[in-house]
Amino acid sequence: MAVLQQRTVNALKTSDAQLTSQWLADLEQSGTSRNLKAEDLKQQTSEFLRLLTSVTERGSSLSITSAEWDETRQFLEKLSHNRAIVGQDSQQTANFIFSLKGPLFSMLQAEYADEPSLMAEQLWEISQLLDALGMHTIRTFQKSREAVIKRQQEELLELSTPVVKLWDGVLALPMIGTLDSQRTQVVMESLLQRIVDTGSEIAIIDITGVPTVDTLVAQHLLKTVTAIRLMGADCIISGVRPQIAQTIVHLGLDLQGVVTKANLADALALALRRLGVTVSKAV
Amino acid sequence: MERIPILQMGDFLLVTIQVDMHDQLALTLQDDLSERISSTSARGVLIDISALDMVDSFIGRMIGMISGLSRIMDAETVLVGMQPAVAITLVELGMTLPGVSTALNVERGMKLLRERAYSQ
Repeated sequence: MAVLQQRTVNALKTSDAQLTSQWLADLEQSGTSRNLKAEDLKQQTSEFLRLLTSVTERGSSLSITSAEWDETRQFLEKLSHNRAIVGQDSQQTANFIFSLKGPLFSMLQAEYADEPSLMAEQLWEISQLLDALGMHTIRTFQKSREAVIKRQQEELLELSTPVVKLWDGVLALPMIGTLDSQRTQVVMESLLQRIVDTGSEIAIIDITGVPTVDTLVAQHLLKTVTAIRLMGADCIISGVRPQIAQTIVHLGLDLQGVVTKANLADALALALRRLGVTVSKAV
Repeated sequence: MERIPILQMGDFLLVTIQVDMHDQLALTLQDDLSERISSTSARGVLIDISALDMVDSFIGRMIGMISGLSRIMDAETVLVGMQPAVAITLVELGMTLPGVSTALNVERGMKLLRERAYSQ
């Protein structure tokens, strides 16, 4: 198992302040410190050096997956998570660790000036260690970013499928944006669930906000309509714009058995007629 | 042997599927139902599948066939209470059950059945 020489650890401890200042200067120079508060960065650097010294002091192995490095790993995970939230990119986050290489190497150079072979060995160990820690930081950073993206995607899905009640027994679903398989699935599920919950007989799908209709979108629409029919409710598709009507005809799509209306008002009028409701102007 | 009960309500037969349908059960139901329609000369059949939350292609086909055979024996058939998950599964399997009447719940299904059976 690789361990650092006691001499290296001692050097780490004694030149602590010098390392921190050099490291901060390097961070500043590489532009990593942008968007970050100076005191935060200072606190983070000294915290990391403290952790590094305390772990190596105990003569622990340099494999960062071992239990001795738990605290350091957690510190780095928290750090990269914060970086991801602040909006720094992966390079800037990784540079936090890699910028420490310069100061550490010059420290080792000064310490082992008389023993080149020992210096080479220690350099290699330190370099390995910092690389591993840096990679760990990037990995966590990537994970935090992916989590952020995933959450946003889910929120977008939820946001884009509001089912509204237009009348007693009439539900409407205004669709906005492109329809893909995943969205159709979510839309279908939420609409069908609402039909069961409210006992509505008629569902209106408004596609005014759908920019284009191709064969795939038509297929998704047909699936939804069929599922609604299987449940025992009726479905009307509204908001078929002139261009979309033309596209559907040009593509030769078969929308037979699906009731389509030009706008939501017409669809609602039809729904009310089917329910036997009449609306009249108060005189 | 496990059987799905077929209840008579006036001119109509009521089939409520309350257990997980397995293949043998579906086949038995098909036999029983055709027997009962012929012996009671029922005007309509209402199949309630609101408790069914899982289907495969075989059960989907059996539901379609049961509806089809009742129609041939001159009994209107209405399928009621299909769960969203079941509807989605059937659509994804490409089984759109053409020609099968559906309704949201038993009450509406009975209303539809009366309208259809007595309008003839």
